[in-house]
Formats: sequence, C-alpha cells, structure tokens
Amino acid sequence: MSSQQIAVIDYGMGNLHSVASALEHVAPQAQVLVTSDPAQVSAADRVLFPGVGAIRDCMAEIKRLKFDTLLREQVASGKPVLGVCVGMQALMESSEENDGVDCIGLLPGTVRFFGKDLRDEAGQKLKVPHMGWNQVHHTHHPLWADIEQDARFYFVHSFYVEAGNPEQVAGTCEYGKTFSAALTQDNLFAVQFHPEKSHTAGLQLLRNFVGWSGKP
Amino acid sequence: MALAKRIIPCLDVDNGRVVKGVQFVDIRDAGDPVEVAKRYNEQGADEVTFLDITASHEGRDTTVHTVERMASEVFIPLTVGGGIRKIEDIRRMLNAGADKVGINSAAVANPDFVKAAADRFGAQCIVVAIDAKQVNLEGEAPRWEIFTHGGRKPTGIDAIEWAERMTANGAGEILLTSMDRDGTRNGFDLKLTRAISDAVSVPVIASGGVGNLQHLADGVLEGGADAVLAASIFHFGEYSIPEAKAYMRERGIEMR
Repeated sequence: MSSQQIAVIDYGMGNLHSVASALEHVAPQAQVLVTSDPAQVSAADRVLFPGVGAIRDCMAEIKRLKFDTLLREQVASGKPVLGVCVGMQALMESSEENDGVDCIGLLPGTVRFFGKDLRDEAGQKLKVPHMGWNQVHHTHHPLWADIEQDARFYFVHSFYVEAGNPEQVAGTCEYGKTFSAALTQDNLFAVQFHPEKSHTAGLQLLRNFVGWSGKP
Repeated sequence: MALAKRIIPCLDVDNGRVVKGVQFVDIRDAGDPVEVAKRYNEQGADEVTFLDITASHEGRDTTVHTVERMASEVFIPLTVGGGIRKIEDIRRMLNAGADKVGINSAAVANPDFVKAAADRFGAQCIVVAIDAKQVNLEGEAPRWEIFTHGGRKPTGIDAIEWAERMTANGAGEILLTSMDRDGTRNGFDLKLTRAISDAVSVPVIASGGVGNLQHLADGVLEGGADAVLAASIFHFGEYSIPEAKAYMRERGIEMR
C-alpha cells in the first residue's frame, strides 16, 4: 500500500489542486498524480474522477479525450474508482442540464434540475444551488467507515442524480426532495458532495477510499 | 434533516498578511491568513472568505501563494474577493485552490463579465458582492442603491434590480453588504437582506454591521439570509464560532 498511485483524472475542467491536496493529506505515502495521460491512469492503483462546471462542457472534453472509454476500462479492471460532484453526474445516462446532454452511462439514472420553485416540507422556498453543509444518510459500505450516520458534507450543485437502480444508492440527502448523495456498484463509488471540502467527514471518506479494496 | 445555515469569518488580507488584527492569543502568527483560517476551521467555521485588499500587482502574486497554502491545509470552502477584474484573475484564484471568487466593481463596470465568468467556470463559483446603501430622495420611497469604491461612489443602480440581474447572468450566490451598517456593530440591515433574499433564487450571505450573536441569528430569521459573514466579533475573540453556533441553534436555526 505504501507506494500506491492514485490518479486524479484531469480533463481541463477546473481546479484539481484541492482534491489532490486532500488525497495527499490522508495518504502521505501515496503518489497522487493529477493527469490527463491515459497510460498513467491505467497504471494507477485507484482513480478519482472529479468534475465542476457545466455538464455540456465536461462531457465534450470527456468525449474528445476518449475518457469515457478510459473510465469504462478502469471500472472494468476492478480497481477502486471514485466520482465526485459533476464527476458523479457524468457517470449517469443523461442530464437535463444545458437542454439535455448524453453522459457516460456507467450507472443507470438521470441528472435532474432542482427546479425554480423548490420548497421544503414546511413550504419554505429553498435556494438553488443547493449550497452548504447537508446531512447524508448512508448505507453500510467500507467508504462510510468511521463516519457518523447523518454526518454533514459540503454540497454545491443545482442538478441532482435520480438513480435508476435503488440498490446502487449508498447515501441520500434531503433538499426539497430526497436525492442520491452517493451511488455505488462493485468497485465504483460516486458522491455528489465535495469530500475534499467537507473537513473531518470528507477527509475520512477519502481515507476510506485510499484503503478500499474495491469490494462492497 | 436540513441544509445548515453557514457562518463565514472574513479576513482582510493585504500582501499576504491579515490586517485589522486578529487577536487569537495562542496562535503562532496571527498575521498569517493560513494560520487564522486553520483556527477558524478547527472551531467549526463553515467557510472562510479572504477579502484581498492588496493594491499592487506584485502583491497579488502573494495572495495566490496564500490561497495555495490555505487549500493544502484547510479543507473547507474558500472564497476570495477583491481585485477580481478579468477572467484570468478568476482562473488564477481557482487554480490556486479557491472554491469561489467574489466579483464586485468589475460586475458594475461590465455586467456581462459575470455572465462570461459563469459560462466559463460555472455559476457555483461566482459570488457577486453587492455593496448597498439606502437612499432617501424627497417624494420617493426609500430604496437601496449600489455603491462602488468602498461605498464612496454611487452608481444609480437599484440594489434589488441589480441582484436579480446578476442572478440571471449566472451568479451562484450574492454577498450582500450594507454600507450603512458596515463597521457600526448595530446589526445587519435586515430589511435590505430580506428584500434581496426574497428577490433572488440563489443563496444570500448577509454582511455588514454584526456586533453580537443576536445579530447573526436575526440575519437568518428576519433577513432570510442563507449564510452570515462577520469579521471583528470573531477576530477580537469576543465570540467564538462554537458560541455563535450554540446561540443560533438555541434560536432554532439548523447549524452544522
């Protein structure tokens, strides 16, 4: 484990400094590579797939660089893969954002808009983007080890994942509706929140990812 | 289960040093923004904001390095405002590790700048900072107007219309400062905060005038703010973040 390599896939969408720093913080022995080189990604022991910004631009770059195929290969190889934020959304079949965008389709489900008139149970208007610290109700999974039930994580997003397979939902969050905060299938795990910005609980999730075998 | 309201300490940073003195007695270097941010992080601050007041171009490089150090050590969201005028300024700050940038005067000078910035980097990282001041003209209902240059320069722009326009242009959040209240310690301008919060669909951070914990809670409960920003009450050790959170929780506000 001491010399393991963790590849953070760089497809030119935003800053990866924070997520790389957080991984280095929890895994000082590991080599964290922010890379757009498919050979480096393939050689890595585990892969983090981030994403920020608009899905149309993200998917355009992912497809141009053939990272959809690369990611499929990584997942098929059995190594642990973690999708974060728009990285999670890109794994789904499609998104409503930007008038509809086809995504990678590694996980069944759709990415939907929270809506302009989002309200809580008491009828109070909710702001979009969903921005700030919200609670995640999680299942049993190695990535939640040593994380309290209903711990808070930092979210910032206007679109949410509607899972196609309820058995893949590893965590839910409430914001005007119940949405998937985390999904998993075999060696693939994906989260809507930003673990690299979620202080103790977020760093613990990354620590768990760094030590994860890829089995549920 | 609900989204927590946020408490955001704000640091004024000049050439990589905290100004308006932070007075944590047990901190090694109270002038180092990273040390101060770490302390606030340990205390449970929900985010940290750096207001960069560096005048010189060279000084901006120092700010970039400060942001880089902060992003390597403090794992909560960081907003950097002050002096953000070009797409290149935003790119530099985000690449250094800032999560959001605050745009103020540059938005007033060119409202399309916000649109270009949101298109390029996503609305989630574009905070439009609004400095508003009440104007009372004879024969007219009082209203709030946007001021620039630290509240010295009126623009004639109505604050509510401006907030709506900036949101339409892609602002993901509004940082609202009452220039009438800033530095007074008399509390937020709650009417202004409520008017802006009701007018826009994005989160609003209330700022300007906090003198005690009641003011923070009022900003949320009466002003409808999603987050509250304060500087001096935390910097001078009058109140700690945990005290503020305990008080707000007592008032029925969801906190982290």
